[in-house]
Amino acid sequence: MFHKEKSIQLKNSASALYNNLSVLRIAPRRLTYFTVVHANVVNMVSTSWDGLNYSHRQLQSKEPNVATSTSLIMQAAFCALPSRDLLVVSSQKGIQMYESDGSIMVYWHALDTPEAPTAHAVFARGISAVSDNYVCVGVSSGAVLVFDVPSKGSNITLSEVLEEHKEAITDIASECSGSQECLANLVTADDGGNMCVWKSGEEFQLLNKIPGLDMTCSSVKLWKGTVLAGYGTGQIRLYEAVTGILHAEVNAHARWIYSLDIAPFSGLLLSAAEDSFVRVWHLSITPETNSVEIAHLHNECVTDTQICGAKFCDGDGYAFAVTGYDLSEIIRLIGRGEGRALLRVNWRDQSREEV
Amino acid sequence: MSTRTLPLLFINLGGEMLYILDQRLRAQNIPADKAKKVMNDIITTMFNKKFLEELFKPQELYSKKALRTVFDRLAHASIMRLNQASMDKLYDLMTMAFKYQVLLCPRPKDILLVSFNHMDAIKDFVKDTPSILSQVDETYQQLIEMYTPLSNGEFQLIRQTLLIFFQDMHIRVSIFLKDKVQNSNGRFVLPTNGPVPRGTQIPGMIRIFSCSGEELTRLQFNNGGNYSSALREGSFEMFGNRVTKLGTNMYSVSRPVETHMSGTSKSSAQHTKVNAAPNPLAKEELNLLARLMGGLEVQKPGSTDTGFRVNLFATDEEEEEALISRPNELSYGVISIQATKDQQANAELTKIMGEFTESGDPSSSASSKGDDLLAMMDGL
Repeated sequence: MFHKEKSIQLKNSASALYNNLSVLRIAPRRLTYFTVVHANVVNMVSTSWDGLNYSHRQLQSKEPNVATSTSLIMQAAFCALPSRDLLVVSSQKGIQMYESDGSIMVYWHALDTPEAPTAHAVFARGISAVSDNYVCVGVSSGAVLVFDVPSKGSNITLSEVLEEHKEAITDIASECSGSQECLANLVTADDGGNMCVWKSGEEFQLLNKIPGLDMTCSSVKLWKGTVLAGYGTGQIRLYEAVTGILHAEVNAHARWIYSLDIAPFSGLLLSAAEDSFVRVWHLSITPETNSVEIAHLHNECVTDTQICGAKFCDGDGYAFAVTGYDLSEIIRLIGRGEGRALLRVNWRDQSREEV
Repeated sequence: MSTRTLPLLFINLGGEMLYILDQRLRAQNIPADKAKKVMNDIITTMFNKKFLEELFKPQELYSKKALRTVFDRLAHASIMRLNQASMDKLYDLMTMAFKYQVLLCPRPKDILLVSFNHMDAIKDFVKDTPSILSQVDETYQQLIEMYTPLSNGEFQLIRQTLLIFFQDMHIRVSIFLKDKVQNSNGRFVLPTNGPVPRGTQIPGMIRIFSCSGEELTRLQFNNGGNYSSALREGSFEMFGNRVTKLGTNMYSVSRPVETHMSGTSKSSAQHTKVNAAPNPLAKEELNLLARLMGGLEVQKPGSTDTGFRVNLFATDEEEEEALISRPNELSYGVISIQATKDQQANAELTKIMGEFTESGDPSSSASSKGDDLLAMMDGL
């Protein structure tokens, strides 16, 4: 169903961090950007669609005070807003925002780091573009920082701090930017598996809290009003965002899940874990009738690798990319031509047990 | 990242070091009383109260270079001597073993069980010496106090911090190659079979629920592996069956320890470059722990009639050859300040510390923590 394409070589290996791969497709220039974090460095690769040109760039987590110890990066993610794309890098010291090609840093926000290290680590983690003009970044205290981003320039400001979570934020996701109207358009998740569902605006509104069961939710996505959550137990759960109703539960992986991604136009879901597996699923959600279907489509085993990042390269889920701890390459998989047709057939053929 | 990683790193690496030294001492037929003295001296130093107090403080992980310096000193805390090549090999083995254990832990909190396995073995080494035994017991208490309340997410952060420390290390260890837990390219085998971790279900089931919570459908899918149910929970207390074998002693006299230097991947060279950015405080990184360690020597190293050398290789020639042929990118660049308690070394350190305080005047920084400890050391 999916076959391997030529891998992209990286300058360093990927670190074991949640959601450690970000992809930005730039259609007008027929380019795709990939970012992978290695300790205190972000590796950026720009690839041309014809596969002939690759260029690399490395970004370091900059400190205002050079003499201090290096700051480890927790996550690097592209934020695609209607007016501009940004690359956001969150680390132990703060949050940096760059133009999407990594050429210029347009904003720096320092975290309140104590003089001497405390028992609770301080860092920023969990990045998402929200609606037309916001970028949200999570913090180890449980706070979610909301940044207001103008359509161009560096006049980015901290607009609000959302304080609902008590544990470190792990991941943040949103849907519905531009013309779409959504009731809920943001979900934030933390180390205890607790999730908060929000509606963005001048003042963000908390719509719902979904309690965790003391197990970390390491990766979260929002699609058609449904929260897709990946947990340290290897389970994936689908919740209706606004009500918190559990629609589906999948015993998906044998180890901690590190990454989830959704291809919004086709409903393909990607899950990746420390168990060396990347799995492709098909989701079918009809909000009007509250019906949710999830079917397993494909397994990809990256031998002897604990996977830390997996992302679709396009909105249809035609291709996806994978990173693993200690691996200095981005593995790429492309769907076969008939793959799309198979989608409709496969899930009906799954063995089914009526309860 | 996590500020609680250093104690686990130190104790587990220390445990591996003791396993290896114990095996070498027996393989080289060192007299039992001398061997026991070495083990006791090292364990006493490892669990020194002041040292542990410093170790357990919340702090970032040390660099590889700094930690290696600490272990250099620990290995020389007794009458035993190791040449550079043997010390390098010892450290390679220690780090690859713990990297393996961290990677293979089914759940992040299992790293604590691995630590307890090491502690259990250390306790067994000193079971005849009550004074050291009580130090070890106290450390168990500290570990339990600090780590058992942590959440799964916090343990995963510790694990991720450790994995960054071990990143790009692919030294091949013959015992691992033989047991087929490591591939010839230096990467560890991650099986897709065996028991799932506690708390995890065997992958394969999809359950769909109605709005009222009833299960509507159940579907099965092929998980691509061959998993079985989780084993029972290990003990997180001072005593008990830890269940996991990770962290137990895998060496014995008949299974010699060898590492292969050739064919180590290029990526380790690149990694070293990233970390070698010039740091004006590099010497100060000769950290608190290393200085404390240097002040804690149990035995004066001068006396040659009780001292002896341990070789991690089969012959002296092999040891010499290993030193010459070690690839540059794998050198630990240990800051060479003598691991002795002589006045000159300490004065040197004080001077260096002084050069990097804000006012540049050592006397005016008397209130800084580092100087207090330095002063304390001079009195040891």
